[in-house]
Amino acid sequence: MSVDLSLDYFSLFGLPCRFRLDETALDRAWHALQTETHPDCHAHLPENAQRAAMQEALRINEAYITLKKSVTRARYLLELAGMSPDAINENVVAPEYLFEQLEWREAVQEAREANDVDTLEQLALRLQIQMAGVVTQLAGQLDEQRDLEAAADTVRRLMFLDKLRLGIDNALAALDD
Amino acid sequence: MSLLQIAEPGQSAAPHKHRLAIGIDLGTTNSLVATVRNGIAVCLTDEQGRALMPSVVHYRDGGGIELGFDAMNARVSDPRNTIVSVKRFMGRGLADVTHIEAMPYVFEGIPGMLRLRTVQGSKSPVEISAELLRALRERAEASLGGELTGAVVTVPAYFDDAQRQATRDAARLAGLHVLRLLNEPTAAAVAYGLDNASEGVYAVFDLGGGTFDLSILKLTRGVFEVLSTNGDTSLGGDDFDHRLYCWVLDNARIAPPSAEDARRLQMAARAVKELLTVSEETPFRLRLDSGEEVDLTVTRAAFFEMTRPLVQKTLTPVKRALRDARLSPRDIKGVVMVGGATRMPHIQRAVAEYFGQEPLTNLDPDKVVALGAAMQANALVGNRRENDHWLLLDVIPLSLGLETMGGLSEKIIPRNATLPVARAQEFTTFKDGQTAMSFHVVQGERELVADCRSLARFELRGIPPMAAGVARIRVIFQVDADGLLSVSARETSTGVEASIHVKPSYGLTDDEIAGMLRSSLEHAGDDLTARALREQQVEAERLLEACTQALAADGELLDEAERAAIDALIARLRQLAPGNDATALSDGIAALSRATESFATRRMNRALSTALTGHNIDEL
Repeated sequence: MSVDLSLDYFSLFGLPCRFRLDETALDRAWHALQTETHPDCHAHLPENAQRAAMQEALRINEAYITLKKSVTRARYLLELAGMSPDAINENVVAPEYLFEQLEWREAVQEAREANDVDTLEQLALRLQIQMAGVVTQLAGQLDEQRDLEAAADTVRRLMFLDKLRLGIDNALAALDD
Repeated sequence: MSLLQIAEPGQSAAPHKHRLAIGIDLGTTNSLVATVRNGIAVCLTDEQGRALMPSVVHYRDGGGIELGFDAMNARVSDPRNTIVSVKRFMGRGLADVTHIEAMPYVFEGIPGMLRLRTVQGSKSPVEISAELLRALRERAEASLGGELTGAVVTVPAYFDDAQRQATRDAARLAGLHVLRLLNEPTAAAVAYGLDNASEGVYAVFDLGGGTFDLSILKLTRGVFEVLSTNGDTSLGGDDFDHRLYCWVLDNARIAPPSAEDARRLQMAARAVKELLTVSEETPFRLRLDSGEEVDLTVTRAAFFEMTRPLVQKTLTPVKRALRDARLSPRDIKGVVMVGGATRMPHIQRAVAEYFGQEPLTNLDPDKVVALGAAMQANALVGNRRENDHWLLLDVIPLSLGLETMGGLSEKIIPRNATLPVARAQEFTTFKDGQTAMSFHVVQGERELVADCRSLARFELRGIPPMAAGVARIRVIFQVDADGLLSVSARETSTGVEASIHVKPSYGLTDDEIAGMLRSSLEHAGDDLTARALREQQVEAERLLEACTQALAADGELLDEAERAAIDALIARLRQLAPGNDATALSDGIAALSRATESFATRRMNRALSTALTGHNIDEL
C-alpha cells in the first residue's frame, strides 16, 4: 500500500515524463493511488498508520494538481531539467507581449466597469483559444525541441494568460448576483 | 518482542465483527440519524416511529430540557428559552446573523461566537447543538443495542473552518467519536449514486432550512470526485418563511408583535408555505395574544413573487460552481435535489429552466443526507464488503490565506482544492534583528482581509536575530479530510527550529471543551465511560513510562524550555491518570505525545548516527 515518495510526479502516476499528457490516464492513476492512501481508507487503523497515509495522500494530491494544469506541469518539467524557480519567474517580457498584455488588461477592465457579461464571456473564449495555441507551442518546445530557455519564455506568457483568466473569472463572479 | 496485529487496509482486524457506526444529519430544521444494517442504509426512528427530530431545544425554567417534538409547544409558550435553527449560529458572531431583529432570544455580544442567555444561563450554539446530537446518539445506542464505534456528522459544503470546528466540538461534547465531517451534498451524492449506479457529472442542489449548497461531482467507477462547490450559509427555507412573515406584518395592519406572537406568526408562515406547495391558495388566519386577528389569503402566485429574489439568489452559487469546474449547464447529466425546501415548485422550476432538464427528486430530500452519511460511516469503520469499494474526493469550499501588508489576503490554498491538501509559503523578516513575526489566517475569496473570515492569529517567536530578509519562515497550511485547517510555522535557514502549531480559535479551546465534557459527564457516569477511562489510564501509564526512560537516556537532546514543557505535561498527565475524566486524560495523553514528537525524531537520528560513527561506507 505504501507509496514511494521519492519518485518524481510523473513516475508516481506511471506516466511518461513529458509535457503532452493523457489526462484520462492521469485521472485513473490518481484515483487508484487515492484508493490506497486517502484518509478515509485508514480511518479504522491506528493513529500512526493514519498519519503515514496522510503524508502520502498529501503528496499525491500535490502531484496531481501540479500535473493537471499546463502551467504548473511545464514549470515542474523545467525544474526537473534543473532550472531554478527564480530563473523561471524572472520577468523579462518581450516588448510585443507587453503590448498584448496591456491590451488584454484594458479590455477586461472596461468590460468589468461596464458590467458587460457578454463581452467578458467573449474575452474568456478568445483567451481560451489563445491559451490553447500557447500550450501547443509549449509542447513542441518541451517535448521535441527541448529548448528550455524558449519554453521558460512561453511558460511566463502562459502564466500571464492564466492570471488574466482568473481576472475574467473574478469579474464574472462579481456580476453573478 | 510481541507481534503486532496487522490489518489490510480496508479490512478490520477482526473481519467478522460488525462495528456500529452512524451517520448524523444535523439540520437547521430537522436532524436525523441513520445506520447501515445488512448492507442497507436506514434511518433510525424514535418510539413513535418518526425518523425526523425537529432541531428544537427547550431550556426549562427550574432545570431540565425538552428536545425535538417534545419542545415544539414551547416554541410559542416560551420562545426565549426555546432555540430553533441553532445551526445558523454555529461558528458565527452576532454581526453574521441575518434577521436577528425578528428573533426572540437574548444574545450576548461577546467577541467570537455569539451566545444565548437562557433561563439556565448562557449557552453557546455548540452546547445547544450538542443536546441535539446527544439525543440522536442515545436513539442510536438504544436502537442498535451496543457501543458506537463512531459517527459521521454532515455539514453544509460551504461551511467555513469556524463553522466546521464548532460542529466537531458539538459532536465531541455529545460524547460522539467523530469519524469524519462530511459535506451534505457529497453525502447525498453517495446515497444517490450508489443507489442508481450512476456515472457522469452531476450537480447536487441542496436547499435546507438555513443553508444552501451547490456541488458539482464527477462519478467514475466508484469514485465520487467533487469538482467544485459553492453556496450560501445563510440562505434556506427559513428565509422563505421570513419573507412571508414580513409580508403578513405589512398586510395585516397589526402592532409590532410580542416575542410569543412573532413565533406564532413565523410558525404559521412555515405551515402556509408548505401548504402552497400543493394548493393554489391558502388562508393565513391567526388570533394573536394581543387580541388582534390576522385574516389574509396567500396565493401561490403572490408567494412566488415575494420570494423570487431568494430563488434568484440560489442561481449565483450555481453559476460560480459551474465556472470553477469549467462546465456549462449542458454538461450536467442530472441534478439531485436535497433538502426539504427543494419541494417548493418554483425552486424546481428554476432549476429545471437553468439546467434544461427536470431535476431528480426520486429520493426523499429529507433523508438522503443522513443515509449517505451512514454509508460513509460504515465504510470508515471497516465494515465494507469485498466488492463494495468507493471513495470520496472532496474539496475545500473557500480559499485560505494570510494577511499581508496593506490588509490584503494572500491565498495559500485555493478553493476547490482536493482534500487532504498541504501548501507551504515562505516569508522573511523585514527588520534587522527581528525575532518574532505575527500571522493572521483568513478564509474567503475577497481581496481585502476585512472582507474575509478571520480564523486565527498567532505569533512565531524565537527567530534567531539576523539581518532583514535573511530569515526563512516557512508557513505550512494543512487541511485534512474533514476540511479542517491546521497551520504551522518554522524558521528554516539556521536550523534553529522555532515551530508552532495553531488550530483556528474561532470555535472552542480544548480546555473549554474538556470543561464542558466534565460537567456533562457528571450526569452520565455509565459503564462505557468507565471502560474508556480504564483504556486511557493504561495508555497514560505506558506513555509516562516511555517518556521517563527516554528522558533518562537522551534528556540532553532537549533545551531547557523544551524540557520544562515536557516535564509540565508529564506532571499534568500523572495528576490526571488516577482521576476519572477520560476526556481530560485523553487530551493529556495527546498533548504529551505531540510535545514529544520532535524529541523522538532527534533520538532516532542520534541512534542512527551512533550506529554509523566509526564505520566507513564499505563496512556498512
